[in-house]
Amino acid sequence: MVNSKSAYSFAGKKQKPDTHIIVVWVDNEAGVLARVVGLFSGRGYNIESLAVAEVDQKQNISRITIVTTGTPQVVDQIKLQLKKLVPVHKVADFKREDKNVIFKEMALFKFVANNGKLNKAFEACKNFNPVILDKTNKSNVIQITALRREIDSMSKNLKKFGLVSVSRTGAVAMTRGSEIFK
Amino acid sequence: MLKLYSGAEIVFKCLEDQNVSHIFGYPGGAVLPIYDELKNFNSIKHILVRHEQGAGHAAEGYARSTGKPGVLLVTSGPGATNAVTALTDAYMDSVPLVCITGQVPTHLIGTDAFQECDTTGITRPCTKHNWLVKDVNDLAEIMHKAFEVATTGRPGPVLVDIPKDIQFQKAKYKNYKNKKKLNGKSHDNYSQKNIDELINLISKAKKPIFYTGGGVINSGTKASELLRELVYATGFPITSTLQGLGCFPADDNQFLGMLGMHGTYEANNAMYSCDLMINVGARFDDRITGKIDEFSPKSKKVHIDIDPSSINKNVKVDLAIVGDIKSVLTTTLKTFKRSKKNFSKSNKSQISNWWEQIEKWRSKRSLDYIGSEETIKPQYAIERLYELTKDKDAYITTEVGQHQMWAAQHYKFNKPNRWMTSGGLGTMGYGLPAAVGVQIAHPKKLVIDIAGEASVLMTMQEMSTAVQYNLPIKIFILNNEYMGMVRQWQELLHDKNYSESYTAALPDFVKMAEAYGCVGIRAKTPEELDDKIIEMLNTDRPVIFDCLVDKQENCFPMIPSGKPHNQMLLGPKDQKEKKITGKGRTLV
Repeated sequence: MVNSKSAYSFAGKKQKPDTHIIVVWVDNEAGVLARVVGLFSGRGYNIESLAVAEVDQKQNISRITIVTTGTPQVVDQIKLQLKKLVPVHKVADFKREDKNVIFKEMALFKFVANNGKLNKAFEACKNFNPVILDKTNKSNVIQITALRREIDSMSKNLKKFGLVSVSRTGAVAMTRGSEIFK
Repeated sequence: MLKLYSGAEIVFKCLEDQNVSHIFGYPGGAVLPIYDELKNFNSIKHILVRHEQGAGHAAEGYARSTGKPGVLLVTSGPGATNAVTALTDAYMDSVPLVCITGQVPTHLIGTDAFQECDTTGITRPCTKHNWLVKDVNDLAEIMHKAFEVATTGRPGPVLVDIPKDIQFQKAKYKNYKNKKKLNGKSHDNYSQKNIDELINLISKAKKPIFYTGGGVINSGTKASELLRELVYATGFPITSTLQGLGCFPADDNQFLGMLGMHGTYEANNAMYSCDLMINVGARFDDRITGKIDEFSPKSKKVHIDIDPSSINKNVKVDLAIVGDIKSVLTTTLKTFKRSKKNFSKSNKSQISNWWEQIEKWRSKRSLDYIGSEETIKPQYAIERLYELTKDKDAYITTEVGQHQMWAAQHYKFNKPNRWMTSGGLGTMGYGLPAAVGVQIAHPKKLVIDIAGEASVLMTMQEMSTAVQYNLPIKIFILNNEYMGMVRQWQELLHDKNYSESYTAALPDFVKMAEAYGCVGIRAKTPEELDDKIIEMLNTDRPVIFDCLVDKQENCFPMIPSGKPHNQMLLGPKDQKEKKITGKGRTLV
């Protein structure tokens, strides 16, 4: 064993990390996002992406969707620590591979190119519900919805069609079928 | 029509309704309206400290020795930031505190106004929850909610930040009806099946051990009584964390002493070798577990805790029981008595080998030290202090360092709420203000701060508070002129490079005591120690006791860093026998 000069113990064996999507229902009040995000940064957890907006105006409930990676132990801690926060109502946790859950991200692409390229760009987006939001004779803005890795590869591949700017959201999630998370 | 009250009045109306009798605080610009109202509320006594950190620790001492929440009132900016250490300390050790801070008027928030700081931002990670009051109509509800959050579930500190204009504005105040205590009900999340499983494990165990912590104390004195009942009924050995001392009588034969880094040989070895570990209200802290991969490798582990996030955080357990200790132990005892009558007798043979093994470990006498007739050994000083105060139901606070561990090892606690120490955060300077808080709560009792000379200098100014309120606290300083624990680690881990751990210029503590208007006593030799301690105990005023102890003494036994429980480093007596040389020590 290494000769320790530390007053603390060594890091033990690490489990394998997985990607999880954590959904948190919170009171929409000042500072609530800081509490959630601060918990992640303070305890050294990851945030890969984040989406947050009010979903219930009457009861003032916001829904926060966080994509994170962590070992099973860390993900458990994330959930339990989140549940301890006073403005948190409930916490759901889905694995990325989960077939019963829909994950979507939205991206806006701006292309500056000639008409031929712009058409090809739209064509390339065909599988991801493309919508043209703005069009001039030398540019357009296309909205797509897709999975994270699909958007990743799209933003790489579309460079050749004159992609100049990308704006994207964090992932949002919802279960399939008639069930809702209680 | 309901009468209108100012925000400042509402603060006190809430404190009255929460049965708060004492608040610790320090005035300043942004809380002046609240201080102005103080005169109209006679049931609430304000204790003026000398530093906001002192207010926080005093409130902690008050809370821990009574089980009631401690309340502090400080101003904006520096008042709030000075309280942060105490809030963090309370957060780590689960002490219920309600901190009320003033804030600059609403229209100045965000403008870098005089004495403005982002109080709720700064204290967000060190409180259970905090509130910035933006509307006087919300104030009462927030105040009561603050008390509820602080005292229910796993207790902890909360903060209410009140801008100065809100303190002047008026609103209605509806009388608060004390709701049914949530503590226990809404946090219990276990079933009878869990309890049956626990009893099944208990009846099968051949090498069982109870490992108890501060959660038992937080659950109230009844929880300690129930714990004792269960431990006696099972005949199992029991060890305790630093924070749990007192929930089981230390002089009882079933008690193995404290466990962990400076715990006893028998407690740590029993933890390592047991086949059933029942954790009652402790949190598998790293000072307890040592090397986690080799922590108690062969045992089934049961964890009883009110905080679900404590379960499986550091150590995976086989059976988790989430609930208030008092309620869990009540159910357990009920089931146990019904299904296992005369268990202790019938089970005796099943665990007799285990007890034999424990007695072997115990015979190592790991807390022994080499005595001296010339210098006062620090352990000896604590032993004498204990012998001379054990019939006085004393309340002991400590600072942080070697003296703290010696106090935990050699002072025997038989009741809960008698031991106030900073365990999680390890805050030097905790003990003196905490003693102030304890003495406020228990004016007739003997309150002693077992201190180190380095720690006590961090919050020494609170002696002035003690003198102002005639609090006869005793500051028992084990003075070795070193930051002893730092020096010990430098000796063991850093080749005796005593970098900055010696205090080359210390004040004369006796003269200092006189300057504060209290009494100074100094003991230099073992011979005079008893007389001096008796003199201290007979003085009905605050005393600073300067006990000059051996400068080189180290705190043993010790689990070296990164080692499991069964590889303890014993004291010099044992090391001589084993011929562990200086070289061996540096390998720790």
